[in-house]
Amino acid sequence: MTSRGIRIALAGLVVLMVLGLVAYGYGHEDDPAPGDAAGSDRVKGTVTVFAAASLTESFTRIGRDFEAANPGVRVTFSFAGSSALATQINQGAPADVFASAAPATMRTVTDAGNADGAPTTFVRNQLVIAVPKGNPKGVKGLADLTRPGVKVALCAEQVPCGAAAEKALDAAAVSLTPVTLEQDVKAALSKVRLGEVDAALVYRTDARAASSDVDGVEFPESVGAVNGYPIVVCRAAPNRAGARAFVAYVLSDSGRAVLDRAGFLGP
Amino acid sequence: MSEIVDAHLVVDRGGFRLDVRLRIGAGEVVALLGPNGAGKTTALRALAGLQPLSAGHVTLAGVDVDRPDRPLWTPPERRPIGVVFQDYLLFPHLNALDNVAFGPRRQGADRRAARALAARWLERVGLRAYERSRPRQLSGGQAQRVALARALAVHPKLLLLDEPLAALDARTRLDTRAALHRHLAEHDGATLLVTHDPLDALVLADRLVIIEDGRVVQEGDGATITARPRTDYVARLVGLNLYRGTGDGHSVRVGADLVLTADDTVHGDAFVAFPPAAVALHPKRPDGSPRNAWPATITGLQRHGDNLRIQLDGPVTVAADVTPAAAAHLNLAPGQEVWVAVKAAETHAYPATPH
Amino acid sequence: MKRRRGTQRVPVGLLLPAALGLAFLVLPLAGLLIRAPWSSLPRRLTEPGVLSALWLSLRTATAATGVCLVLGVPLAWLLARVTFPGRRVVRALVTVPLVLPPVVGGVALLLVFGRRGLIGSWLDGTFGVTLPFTTTGVVFAEAFVAMPFLVIAVEGALRGADARYEEAAATLGASRWTTFTHVTLPLVAPGIAAGAVLCWARALGEFGATITFAGNFPGRTQTMPLAVYLALETDLNAAIVLSLILLTVSVAILAGLRDRWITGP
Repeated sequence: MTSRGIRIALAGLVVLMVLGLVAYGYGHEDDPAPGDAAGSDRVKGTVTVFAAASLTESFTRIGRDFEAANPGVRVTFSFAGSSALATQINQGAPADVFASAAPATMRTVTDAGNADGAPTTFVRNQLVIAVPKGNPKGVKGLADLTRPGVKVALCAEQVPCGAAAEKALDAAAVSLTPVTLEQDVKAALSKVRLGEVDAALVYRTDARAASSDVDGVEFPESVGAVNGYPIVVCRAAPNRAGARAFVAYVLSDSGRAVLDRAGFLGP
Repeated sequence: MSEIVDAHLVVDRGGFRLDVRLRIGAGEVVALLGPNGAGKTTALRALAGLQPLSAGHVTLAGVDVDRPDRPLWTPPERRPIGVVFQDYLLFPHLNALDNVAFGPRRQGADRRAARALAARWLERVGLRAYERSRPRQLSGGQAQRVALARALAVHPKLLLLDEPLAALDARTRLDTRAALHRHLAEHDGATLLVTHDPLDALVLADRLVIIEDGRVVQEGDGATITARPRTDYVARLVGLNLYRGTGDGHSVRVGADLVLTADDTVHGDAFVAFPPAAVALHPKRPDGSPRNAWPATITGLQRHGDNLRIQLDGPVTVAADVTPAAAAHLNLAPGQEVWVAVKAAETHAYPATPH
Repeated sequence: MKRRRGTQRVPVGLLLPAALGLAFLVLPLAGLLIRAPWSSLPRRLTEPGVLSALWLSLRTATAATGVCLVLGVPLAWLLARVTFPGRRVVRALVTVPLVLPPVVGGVALLLVFGRRGLIGSWLDGTFGVTLPFTTTGVVFAEAFVAMPFLVIAVEGALRGADARYEEAAATLGASRWTTFTHVTLPLVAPGIAAGAVLCWARALGEFGATITFAGNFPGRTQTMPLAVYLALETDLNAAIVLSLILLTVSVAILAGLRDRWITGP
């Protein structure tokens, strides 16, 4: 890079940093002072929701509906693996709401005293076998996954979908050697979409969201490995009123309907 | 004497054009002399194959190695050459022995034979004791000798030397020049020496080719060139005052008001040359009125060996060498008016168009 | 007036940002060290998955560096020494893995070397070879991400090296290949070493492309960064310990190599 190029890059960096600071300032001005919201049922400001990656489609939809129902409110999401989100919250990230894909992950937040009240389980999710569209290997159940030449991706046991898969395989007494243990359910699913594996154990909702590329094969043992999704308002929520309203909306009939359509089971 | 180099070097490069004809026989040492930017190094690189010709040809020992018209071009590694580069370019990761053995190895000798040969060459340049030394541990003069040994170890038909003494200090230069002279005399191939130093050229070369601005301006043995320079550059090199004028017997008109009388007879376009030592300075018009006398103004004084060199302006500019005693006697200083007188017996005139 | 030794005086305008820069680089490391559960360190080290992940990391990073040397040095030579049309474009392309998010790089590798990829499907059909989910796949992913570091370092070294040594070699009868192996390579050896170190370090820390292209399976494709990431899912302390192990081993190896080079001939 020429010295001129470096100078331009540096200038750009400085501009970005300044913009970042300004944006940060704005974000805080938007947040109402904690006392303001109390006693007023009109919520406003920004609600920051940390939600499990498997909630991406349905929560984005719910967020839009929520904003439409509450003019003046903005919902921003951070979708990621539940554990990563829990770590961020425990390290002081300014989240208003946390929706986890597993009770165990939620527990790390509640144990650390970072939740406001007890979490509510708002949906449950169960596993299906995701196979490429048309099911070329003719997979009908967990036992088919042990056939030679069938490559399977599971989630790593450390993440909720991996723990659920382990439970389901135990219940079916199927011993299976996957080719990979993916870091999250979307990664496992994308291996199916790319054709690198013949099957993956993923959440029903994820299979449904990817229904243009994959088919979901239901199997009876999944009942024994149902994941509850807890949601909670964070203790350090900058916008507590907004957070409560959002949680209430997720639990309402309108929220329910969106989650149903995505393939989640009732709580 | 069989001819090793037969070349017509034409290189066009962004506004600069080199156009030089060169012939060098076996055992002959030719110096390519010229000011900076004259194209000396370009000519050397064209012979070595490091610079392709735009036109012309290079024939080495009867074999065409570069003919843009055919087209034919032989890369440097397949030309029968050896090069000593200006800053030697000894491989820093190899010791002196392996630097010299590099060429023989490439010519197919096994490691032992190549090292034995290299050891003999280091012996010849008097550096056997330094065979394990890395280039950075060698002095400038030693590095120069290793570079010479490295170039000669491939038994080149044409040895090319690019300013081989330029990087050395005055003292080392003297010794190294003498050693180089001995090795060049023993070399039975052709040698081309590129230099801007007339002394190197005169001491080392059998014949001088002087180029200016990409062209040959004068060619010949040292005696002819020092006696009869044909350009201001050459005249300065050999330390002569040189003027061009019109000859009419013993007299040559070199300016509107100045006619110089020479020992020789010339007619038409001619050069007149005389050494600064032949110039005498007088406070007033000299008695007996020597023919070559004119008034002039001193423009500069500088040390020149044991004498003082005086620069003068007048009908022509002239350099004069006077002893310090004479200078003190005349009380010479810039701006002073004096009379210049030159003995006709030391003034040489010769035709401007060569033969 | 007395003067301190002139050359050692450092302007505040340089000293201050330099100190800040150092702090910026070192503080996160200090954070890891402070938070590390030292008492459980020996126990973690002996856990079966840890050593196999560490060993796999060292092996694959070294193999990836080897691949990068074999392919990257000639590429750097081409970029530095040969003028050809589109050289600027090629140079820009070489840096693509630097700017590409590694996960995207992993997907891109799948699209080419995956089971249904352009080359992968042919490999699978002709030789029955599949790269994803294999240790070779890890090496591929690491080499892809780390190669630019080597190419850029070596190209810089080649540009800095005096090309006239190569001319001198040619006048001594060396072919271009011999010149490359006997003159150019030794001349730029320090640059190659520096590039290889960068390349190795980058390969060792590689995460995104590896987990995307090669997946994550203990003993086969689970390298240390993958193990760290997954440990992070459940146990922050375990992740810190694993990171420190990786850090210690790599710093020890690099420092060892460096000493050898500096004291070498």
